[in-house]
Amino acid sequence: MFAIMKRVLSVVLFASVFSLANAAGAQEKNTPAHPRVSGPQFTLPESTDKCVHDSDYAKTGKCVRDTEFMRRNHMNLLKHKRDITMYKGIRSKHNSLQNCINCHVTKDDAGKAIKVSNSKHFCASCHEYVAVKLDCFECHRSTPDTPASTASIPKIPAHANLLASNSSEVKAMGTFLKGVAQ
Amino acid sequence: MAKQRITYSQIGTGTGFYSVLALLGAFIAAGAAAFLYVEHHGHIVTGMTNQIVWGIPHVFAIFLIVAASGALNVASIGSVFNKTAYKPLSRMSGVLAMALLAGGLAVLLLDLGRPDRMIVAITTYNFKSIFAWNIILYSGFMAIVGAYLYVQMAKGLDKYKKPMGIAAFIWRLALTTGTGSIFGWLVARQGYDAAIMAPLFIAMSLSFGMACFILVVKYTGKATERPLGTQMTWRMGRLMGVMAAAVLYFTTVRHLGNLYAAEHADVEQFILFGGNVYSKLFWIGQVLIGGIVPLALVFTPHRGESSSRVTLAALLIILGGFAQLYVIIVGGQAFPLIMFPGMEVSSSFQDGVVGTYVPSLPEFALGLGGVAIAMLITVFATMTFKLLPKDISDAALDPHLAAKAK
Amino acid sequence: MSDVSLKEAYIDKTRRDFLKKAGAGVTTLALASGVTLMAYPEPALARKQEEMVDPSQRWGLLIDVNKCTEDCDACVTACSVENGWKLDGNPAVDAQWIRKLKIKNPRSGHEQTFPVMCQHCAKPPCVDVCPTGASFKRADGIVLVDKHICIGCRYCMMACPYKARSFVHEPLEEQKSHAPRGKGTVESCTLCVHRVDRGDKPACVEKCASDGHGALIFGDLNDDNSEISKRIATYATKQIRADLGLDTGVRYQNL
Repeated sequence: MFAIMKRVLSVVLFASVFSLANAAGAQEKNTPAHPRVSGPQFTLPESTDKCVHDSDYAKTGKCVRDTEFMRRNHMNLLKHKRDITMYKGIRSKHNSLQNCINCHVTKDDAGKAIKVSNSKHFCASCHEYVAVKLDCFECHRSTPDTPASTASIPKIPAHANLLASNSSEVKAMGTFLKGVAQ
Repeated sequence: MAKQRITYSQIGTGTGFYSVLALLGAFIAAGAAAFLYVEHHGHIVTGMTNQIVWGIPHVFAIFLIVAASGALNVASIGSVFNKTAYKPLSRMSGVLAMALLAGGLAVLLLDLGRPDRMIVAITTYNFKSIFAWNIILYSGFMAIVGAYLYVQMAKGLDKYKKPMGIAAFIWRLALTTGTGSIFGWLVARQGYDAAIMAPLFIAMSLSFGMACFILVVKYTGKATERPLGTQMTWRMGRLMGVMAAAVLYFTTVRHLGNLYAAEHADVEQFILFGGNVYSKLFWIGQVLIGGIVPLALVFTPHRGESSSRVTLAALLIILGGFAQLYVIIVGGQAFPLIMFPGMEVSSSFQDGVVGTYVPSLPEFALGLGGVAIAMLITVFATMTFKLLPKDISDAALDPHLAAKAK
Repeated sequence: MSDVSLKEAYIDKTRRDFLKKAGAGVTTLALASGVTLMAYPEPALARKQEEMVDPSQRWGLLIDVNKCTEDCDACVTACSVENGWKLDGNPAVDAQWIRKLKIKNPRSGHEQTFPVMCQHCAKPPCVDVCPTGASFKRADGIVLVDKHICIGCRYCMMACPYKARSFVHEPLEEQKSHAPRGKGTVESCTLCVHRVDRGDKPACVEKCASDGHGALIFGDLNDDNSEISKRIATYATKQIRADLGLDTGVRYQNL
């Protein structure tokens, strides 16, 4: 009985020291001390290729890591990168699922990108075989960017902001800049 | 006092056994079909909306969960409060508690928007959330009651009955407080945001739980030729009545308090005197059918009578309980959020209007499926384990009880 | 290996890691403070893509109700275009991230309209009640739903005093690349976090300004020199349901 208690206490002690140290360390780095980014991190196993930098994708045509590595670990990479985007707000191509999909695309005979509902889709082709349900595409689109999917309210030029201001001097500046733009 | 020698036995295939199994199986199948239908098409096929986000499935789920905690009361009275007559029924009480909880949780989890993320739900916790604490309390309840049953049924572990009984008693109070606090801690809505929800739910659990227990044991006893003693039924019935009175008390305190404050006058007007489904369910369902009539049934003199009045009272309390939960859960959401007190509000997102809710068939099927799951677990448990004493007549439970009848 | 030496080994490792992190942190702070002295243009977010959110910033909106007219819903349209939701004629279940609210004083008949969206509270009730922590507040104050771990229990929808959250009732297709959304999860205004992170303003703010109304202003509430902070310091502003003590990021002027 006492032996069990000793073990439980030591686990509790370790857990509290570990998490305190991690939280303290996280604060130092200015990381939001959210469990999903400051908890135990996934350690990438060794791979034969080095990690391919964003700018090298086009040159080398290679993915993040070699095929064997990706086959085994893509799910962990995806989970890790999604937390980085959600909690740290880092939206680089390196962390973007859409970026993966933009490259990993299968087209049908008409040249249209195939959706995940079709078994020829890059992810579906393997996932259907191994019978692992895909969660990503409940929310994410499964085909590359289109003009419709990336359509965004355009950023207005600076003079428009100034014109909307209350101050007369600011408005005057806005009119001047508008004239300059024209 | 001489130690009771109780012999327990499993139930065999008694009267109507197969028809009961078939009925329960049909309800479970319907519930499963409803779950698959909603999961595939999305919640658009239910009556739940962005205004009324929790509906009939949650009414059923919360009823079962609350009754589960109360069903353990019989065991607690036996182990913690040392009442002799209740001791032989403790095993059944423990199992019924676990079965009802399992049924309630099944409905709750199957109604999630993403039930495929159940593993996430039980491994990722935000400890500031009372909902998260409830998930821990529910799983812990299963473990503690399981352990409690074990020490009751295994040989030579008698000395642990009382400590386990006390642990289970405290855990269940925490659990029911947590369930009530799911609503009580919501500051946003006029119909919630009341600390009294916690003790109200405790009273509800004791009342509904006892009602379920009486019905289940009475029916099982009748079907397996070991009828529950009349005096014991009356005794439990009166205890159930006291609990139903407590529910009425807490309800009264809650509404009186709200009526006094001008801030809450509107929501009280809506629920109590709105002339809508919630007012009808409150006065006729909860107060009359679930409160006054059962109280009259169990507390008026009954010398020599059979205990059928208690059965009826238990049924009415259960019906009233559903009505009460519907008013709490759905009524609390139907009343609009008050963002601008005193102003008339309108928008394209149904601000300022009373929410309409039309329950759909899949929701009822899921809820009833949960009830059927609970009952099926009880049937299988009583078949597999020795849960009920061979004799649960008054004399066998407590010699003093039989003397009372004379 | 005994418990004690195992524990010691782990504590030693965590001590080393902690010291490493502390050392790196101190160095970063020393360098970073020099870098951040450079002035950034409004809305003060020209951080590089690889940098994480800056917790010293707190994003907020200021809505001038007087500049809002009843027949205009440019902000609503802009949000729906930007984020890919639309009103399908089923108001009970359609998602709506932002809506125009009309309030009328029953005594005087005086009316006002203004947009209401997620108020991005500093003490969000939705974050408190979420069982998995999917509803969370980012370090810069934006309240989001992590739809990867949302289980769709809708408790946050019960808890929100502003009815900001919507549940997705149907399977969706052709989502926007920058705004994934799916059946069974809960969603709400993200303050266009994908735009904010690249230095732009939310779509509603941008559209209102480009349409010439300028009713919505976006900025850093923690920066005394930002337009929004200056206005809040100059004019009287209100929070909806200030009595709840949530310290919302969205404020209203002339309400």
